[in-house]
Amino acid sequence: MTAAIAIDGLEVVFDRFRALKGVNLEVREGESYGLVGESGSGKSTLLRAITGLAPVASGAITVNGKALGKTRDKAFYRDVQMVFQDPYGSLHPRQTVDRLLQEPLAIHGISDGEKRIERALDEVGLGKGFRFRYAHQLSGGQRQRVAIARALILEPSILLLDEPTSALDASVQAEVLNLLEEVRRRRKLTFLMVSHDLAIITHMCERLMVMQDGEAVETLTASQLIGHRVSEDYTRNLLRASEGFVRV
Amino acid sequence: MTASDAGSLSRREWLLSDRPASRLQARLGRAYVAWRRFSANRLALVGMLIIIALLVVAAFADVLAPYSPTVGDLKNARLLPPGAAHWFGTDDLGRDIYSRIVYGARWTLYVVVLVAVIAAPIGLLVGTVAGYAGGWTDAILMRITDIFLAFPKLVLALAFVAALGPGIENAVLAIAITSWPPYARIARAETLTVRNSDYIKAVQLMGASPFRIVLRHIMPLCISSLIIRVTLDMAGIILTAAGLGFLGLGAQPPLPEWGAMIASGRRFILDQWWVAAAPGAAILIVSLGFNLLGDGLRDALDPRSGDQ
Repeated sequence: MTAAIAIDGLEVVFDRFRALKGVNLEVREGESYGLVGESGSGKSTLLRAITGLAPVASGAITVNGKALGKTRDKAFYRDVQMVFQDPYGSLHPRQTVDRLLQEPLAIHGISDGEKRIERALDEVGLGKGFRFRYAHQLSGGQRQRVAIARALILEPSILLLDEPTSALDASVQAEVLNLLEEVRRRRKLTFLMVSHDLAIITHMCERLMVMQDGEAVETLTASQLIGHRVSEDYTRNLLRASEGFVRV
Repeated sequence: MTASDAGSLSRREWLLSDRPASRLQARLGRAYVAWRRFSANRLALVGMLIIIALLVVAAFADVLAPYSPTVGDLKNARLLPPGAAHWFGTDDLGRDIYSRIVYGARWTLYVVVLVAVIAAPIGLLVGTVAGYAGGWTDAILMRITDIFLAFPKLVLALAFVAALGPGIENAVLAIAITSWPPYARIARAETLTVRNSDYIKAVQLMGASPFRIVLRHIMPLCISSLIIRVTLDMAGIILTAAGLGFLGLGAQPPLPEWGAMIASGRRFILDQWWVAAAPGAAILIVSLGFNLLGDGLRDALDPRSGDQ
């Protein structure tokens, strides 16, 4: 089996600040892979580097066997799409859902737009009634569903998820996560998911990487994490922190 | 929602619906919300009425004006005070001032519309491109803008008209050349606030070209603040055009342009005050109308107020 995403010695530098310090990563095709770590550990930067939104200083990124250069071509964006963390900021405030979903189709010159938009809305559990709403007429969960529909409408094989549920409340979180699970199973997608919530990562992902300060701490499987079979102190601390407050 | 349901709803509910059923309904609903906010402001409505009146007067000048605006009765009707035959009196060439003001509305509108049509798109384009591209492009475009901003508007317009030759077309051109820089600044500031937002990133991640992003995603966000600013500037444009006309560099006789009319009335301002006062009042009222309208539009369109 080939790797969907292979990253080798990736360095990202923002104005002398090294956000990623030589990270290696391999995500297999059809796998759901998690990235965990505290704020500022570089997990989101890793996703952004893959999409070309963060400046890559050195290192190699290979997606579906193709090495990526400095710029990404249109074909890349049909393979890789991303769902952002904040559904309140990721939808254009002056565009209806219809316009939002039409845009990727127009950019890529896809003709069966009507059908695709209807199918995409159905797939994320939003009926026709939502098609002509503006973002401010939607709730947080509905917005995130629209963002997922937008990511899926180009039928990518890899979906990058940047804390897709951290801005949502608990019950809506579960709905969106279930939706993502379902979509992945049906479309055989590869997920690369960032989260600081270990429970979500163990629920969604088979393997995961723990990151700290722009470096990989260790790579684990979900069952290792659940069984607390970890070798690094940092991961142990993270696990302890995720158990939350303990009443004394 | 079925069609029969929609039929039984009042038009208002249809417009304010939370679940519009078509592109058109969504757009109309949005416009209706903006209109409600606009019409809640009485003064803005007054401003709009003034501008509508200006449009009507300009369109029906032939019907509304009892006399010719350019040919006067030199023998019998020189410098008559306001009265039943000549509502606003007559000027030194025996022309009816009321008729001249009515025809002058056309020239005022001509200047205002042409300047807006030329200056606003230039400013919008320069500002959004500079803001989105950043780096060298931004630096070069903004320094050019700064150079234009460094001169007082009227003085720069004077220089242009002096170089191009007097005439109303050249006055329009000169005013347009001098009035785009503030629009470029506004558009750039607005672009900078949205260029790093996730929704623009999301469009980048679809593979959209920078051209498409600027044109279809960033410009629509800048347009409302630009409309507001242009409307508020209209008064200034009218005054600049009048100023150029007054200095003899704008409209040339016998065109009934308001600024030129004041200039010609200046000689008799103490004895025959109406010759200068009538066009002055016209300029005042129309400028006020544009300012009130602009204020109202700011409340209705400003993206920073409300949930738009």
